[in-house]
Amino acid sequence: MSAVLEMSLETTRAEYQAAEKRFARRIVICAGTGCMANGALKVYRALHEQSQAQGLSLEIELDYEDAQRKEGLLTKSGCQGFCQMGPLLSIEPDGILYCGVKAADVPEIIETTLKHDQPVERLLYRVPATGQVCKGHHDIPFYARQERTVLKACGSLDPEELREYIATGGYFAARKAFTTMTDEDVCREILDAGLRGRGGGGFPTGRKWELTRIQPKGKKYVVCNGDEGDPGAFMDRSVMEGNPHAVLEGMMICAKAIGADEGYVYVRAEYPLAVARVRKAVKDAEAAGILGDHIFGSDQSFRVHVMEGAGAFVCGEETALLASIEGKRGMPMPKPPFPAQSGLNGKPTVINNVETLASVPLILSKGAAWYRSMGTEKSPGTKTFALTGHVANTGLIEVPFGATLRKIVFDIGGGVTRKGGAIDNQAFKAVQIGGPSGGCLTEEHLDLPMDFDSLTSIGAMVGSGGLVVMNQETCMVQVAKFFMQFTQNESCGKCVPCREGTKQMLALLDDITEGRATEETLPLLEQLARNVKIGSLCGLGKTAPNPVLSTLKHFRAEYEAHVHRKVCPSRVCKSLMTPEIDAELCKGCTLCAKKCPVGAIHGERKIAHTIDGFACVRCGACVEVCKFNAISGI
Amino acid sequence: MTHENAMTIDGFRVVIGEERNLLEVIRKAHIELPTFCYHSELSVYGACRLCMVEVEGRGLVTACTTKPEAGMKVKTQSAEVRELRKMNIELLLASGDHDCPTCAKSGSCKLQSLAERLGVTRVRFNAPVEMRPMDFTSPSLLRDPNKCVLCGDCVRFCDEIQGIGVLEFTHRGSHSTVSPAFGKGLAEVDCVACGQCAAVCPVGAILVKSEVERAYAAIQDPTKTVIVQVAPAVRSSIGEAFRIPNDTFTMGRIVTALRRLGFDKVFDTSFSADLTIWEEATEFVNRKKQGGTLPLFTSCCPSWVKMAEHDFPDLLPNISTCRSPQQMFGSVAKEILPGEMGIKREDLVVVSIMPCTAKKFEAGRQEFATNGNPDVDIVLTTQELARMIQDAGLQFPELPVGSLDQPFGVKTGAGVIFANSGGVTEAVIRFAAGELGENHPVIEEVRSEKNRRDFVLPTPEGGIKMSVVHGLAKAKELVREIQSGQSDVEFVEVMACPGGCIGGAGQPVTHSQQTRQRRTQVIRDVDVTHDAHCPQENHVIKELYRERLGEPNGPEAHRLLHTHFHSRRRIEAEGIQLSEFTGEAKIPVSVCIGTACHLRGSQDLLKAVLKHVEDAELTERFDIRATFCMESCDSGPTVRINGHVFHRSTLDSVKAALALADEGGLPALEACDGCTCTHA
Repeated sequence: MSAVLEMSLETTRAEYQAAEKRFARRIVICAGTGCMANGALKVYRALHEQSQAQGLSLEIELDYEDAQRKEGLLTKSGCQGFCQMGPLLSIEPDGILYCGVKAADVPEIIETTLKHDQPVERLLYRVPATGQVCKGHHDIPFYARQERTVLKACGSLDPEELREYIATGGYFAARKAFTTMTDEDVCREILDAGLRGRGGGGFPTGRKWELTRIQPKGKKYVVCNGDEGDPGAFMDRSVMEGNPHAVLEGMMICAKAIGADEGYVYVRAEYPLAVARVRKAVKDAEAAGILGDHIFGSDQSFRVHVMEGAGAFVCGEETALLASIEGKRGMPMPKPPFPAQSGLNGKPTVINNVETLASVPLILSKGAAWYRSMGTEKSPGTKTFALTGHVANTGLIEVPFGATLRKIVFDIGGGVTRKGGAIDNQAFKAVQIGGPSGGCLTEEHLDLPMDFDSLTSIGAMVGSGGLVVMNQETCMVQVAKFFMQFTQNESCGKCVPCREGTKQMLALLDDITEGRATEETLPLLEQLARNVKIGSLCGLGKTAPNPVLSTLKHFRAEYEAHVHRKVCPSRVCKSLMTPEIDAELCKGCTLCAKKCPVGAIHGERKIAHTIDGFACVRCGACVEVCKFNAISGI
Repeated sequence: MTHENAMTIDGFRVVIGEERNLLEVIRKAHIELPTFCYHSELSVYGACRLCMVEVEGRGLVTACTTKPEAGMKVKTQSAEVRELRKMNIELLLASGDHDCPTCAKSGSCKLQSLAERLGVTRVRFNAPVEMRPMDFTSPSLLRDPNKCVLCGDCVRFCDEIQGIGVLEFTHRGSHSTVSPAFGKGLAEVDCVACGQCAAVCPVGAILVKSEVERAYAAIQDPTKTVIVQVAPAVRSSIGEAFRIPNDTFTMGRIVTALRRLGFDKVFDTSFSADLTIWEEATEFVNRKKQGGTLPLFTSCCPSWVKMAEHDFPDLLPNISTCRSPQQMFGSVAKEILPGEMGIKREDLVVVSIMPCTAKKFEAGRQEFATNGNPDVDIVLTTQELARMIQDAGLQFPELPVGSLDQPFGVKTGAGVIFANSGGVTEAVIRFAAGELGENHPVIEEVRSEKNRRDFVLPTPEGGIKMSVVHGLAKAKELVREIQSGQSDVEFVEVMACPGGCIGGAGQPVTHSQQTRQRRTQVIRDVDVTHDAHCPQENHVIKELYRERLGEPNGPEAHRLLHTHFHSRRRIEAEGIQLSEFTGEAKIPVSVCIGTACHLRGSQDLLKAVLKHVEDAELTERFDIRATFCMESCDSGPTVRINGHVFHRSTLDSVKAALALADEGGLPALEACDGCTCTHA
């Protein structure tokens, strides 16, 4: 049994590589959710049909039997990260990356690139700040400044093709674990690598495994937490969509380490593509004999179920997630007991985040020392971030721990944008890191090497890895309110501080942004935030006040302006605005009065107009339409 | 050395004993840490966050979820935890309708007392409060979600102790609420009205439905004669409402109070409890002698009866047909007293004072009315009586001791001990001994505090296996054992409430375990003071049989003192007939096509089974039906063949079972949900 499978990994790899060599080109269309939404599949079909029609042998299937030389292999990949520029199409070995490709571009791509080996210049990436044209991954700053390890395969592998995963070394690490290592060895290797949980907490993964391993033998579970729910975060989704086998392989290695025979992938139901891809991966791995009984000839079995979440953010909390798998209401339980002792169905359970598990095969194949060569001492390895907000290049990125915010925002992100999209690095205000559980980083943190501990020390956290860049036009109270609204909606309602505290914090923030705040509001908000933080049962509540506390810490003056002067310095909070028309500047052109949707502007033609402050809904339409800059206060 | 097995709490050394958590150790050290969601008999929930303490090296932890460890250094009063507690109370006060003066729970509300104790004198929060509709559907209970603090005690009690689980959390965050399924009312679900949810509720979110005003209206109506019966358990607890201990004189004070309130006659339900024993013991002996259905379950507890009607309809023949003491009293009183007093039945109002909320439901059962006139008109709980006494300004502790009216004030100790779990059984034992002319044997086990007691009553004709359970989850467990043949018990006493009726939800609110033990003891003390302890010694009952009822279990006794039960199953799984009627007797086959089974492919299975039966020319043998929910949704598709239930059915498993049935391998079984034949 063992020999057969050992053969089959090597054979699969050799066969695949031999078959692949017969293709002159490899064309990869990004089939991540973002690119698919922008029509990537239309491009894929057009490219295939039109090249076939023109007699070009651009194949979409890798046929081992067909020994003829072919023009190219057309495949789909998972998310390549540069979602903003999608649909993305890369052509190797030309080293070309086309951005924003439409089906209409296909004839030109066939003619220019496939037939005449020239790039279609208008489809290449242009650096917004300099206008420099970049040919491909190697010279696009967004990619060149990253260190893609976990995400590496996401951009090139066909996620639905098990053979290709094996051809790139997939499942070799799992085989190594099952055939040459003891459970203790596996735990030690992960511990030595210093891998820490990517779900936000940063708990050492090796220690978690070891704690589960030492539990008495018997039923144990591996659970993959794919219930990514932070607004704006999509790292786990990309990995599950782009490289589902890596997640399964990580789970298998964990199963070996702790002695589990059953696993669950808990994916949020809002990720249909991830669900489908993971399900297919499980099915293919079972069919190939990789998952099932006698894994790699051992006497261990391992089966994986894929379960869709029910749409609650709190189910990302491990005990709530387990309750949800058990069919109960997704509410957290107090810890201890930890899942390592009593988890799913009361059995010892390891719960790891998607990205954590996807890192595991890399560590086992390349070694702990290799892993430690990236990142910082306490936080080795790389971390994926979802970069969004007022930044030129948004998308999914991966950098080693210890990278600075400056590098991420200005180099990879291409700089800060103002309203309208113009790049202006002076407009940088803050970055919200870690979503609703994290905090904000400001100018003073631009050169802070980011890792688990440095971020925690300044009241922020890596969290699951959302990075929202904000420019000067952003009101920080509104930012805090946005996240508070989110956590209070998503609180499960079990413990008092989180259920009632987040509701009252939101009400206090409403008071501040709507001009009802008193001298008592800020101290009360701070006191409440402190108590929600220390008093809540689970991580959701314990971290919910972070956005408020950190904006209060770094932008207190902005809060005070709202409270004491009833002014929003960023001019975002509409209730605090008093629109006025400067009689000196107004020419009485009546444009604003015509534009006003509620008829709040009055005045005779050629005579200065006035705004009825009670009727005004502060939409700002008048400001936009006024040619004389006569309207202020909105 | 100093802390071999001890910890330090606020600087003082405390030895760790058998305590399951840090909270219990702290409470042992005479520090009453506040809690809403901790209840020693329920699973630990950890949601109210009031019991947080500071443990050196660990920071803030909830004491209820922390295992006590030697050497721990605990601070219960650090600035941080004090602030946290106060803020939690302030947050809860801002969370709903917490207007104390108009709340029925005022005075016994934990939120109110904690606000006072912790000095929360101002609520600084003002987020809008969403008002939710109240649930008035139950005859026994009133739910006001606007007062709920979501501690979940009711949810866990209903599920863990009663095994019913009609309450659960719905919605999330600040919209969370506790509710029966689909937002239904309590009367529309399988609630058995035991009221333990109200008993554990620390606030006024679940309350006993008050009938005080109806009682006043009857008393004040000159055309009505209002008599009252007082249940045995009331005398063990009412003093608590007036902060005085209960003793052997408490009943006398209750009598005086009731007379002063304007009741025309005051009687004792212990009288009809004695009568119950005559009937029930006779029924048991007859069943045993005549090979009738055994085990015999007691029927005094209306919650238990209702649960059996919902969950174990096939068990109903095992339940004693005796009415409960409350209903026997009502029936006898309305049969006899109108004639003796020269009034019409309609003008006699029977009021009960009960420790129990389910008695309100029981009094409203159709079986217990004659021409629409109920045997018991109004049921008041101990709580409501205390409220009436307070309302009238009666100084209960100072009231003189009065004596009960005749004839239904006469009782023996056997009738009084009905209040305790095990009391009915002990009374039966006394009766049996009396019949045999022996001194009644004292079986210690029957008086134990355990929620399940199994023992053997020795008799000259051999031992009788008896079980006593309280808490309906325990009863369910025993029923399952009986149904699966693991238990061959012959007599079972079931009481829904912890400790029996003394722990009823109509009793004064208590949050202390010791209260229950004190009440149990009061009942035993009262028993001791009685001259007679055997039901046979009740001369009024003997006279009643002689003049009115004839023999125990005789026709007249049956008419007045017995009843019948009916299944409350939502669906009786009659099904839609799909096979042709040929006049031949066929083996019934039902395939469930309810939602859960449908999702598991039962529709396809049904089609395949029909085709198979046709192809195999078995249409003469089997009567195929499609039925709705057989209530085992977690293990569908469910198929029932000749009464045998098969779970997780596939075409192959059904084929095999049909073949077996065709050969006569599946003898007909009465359809039942807990089919004891476990076919995989």
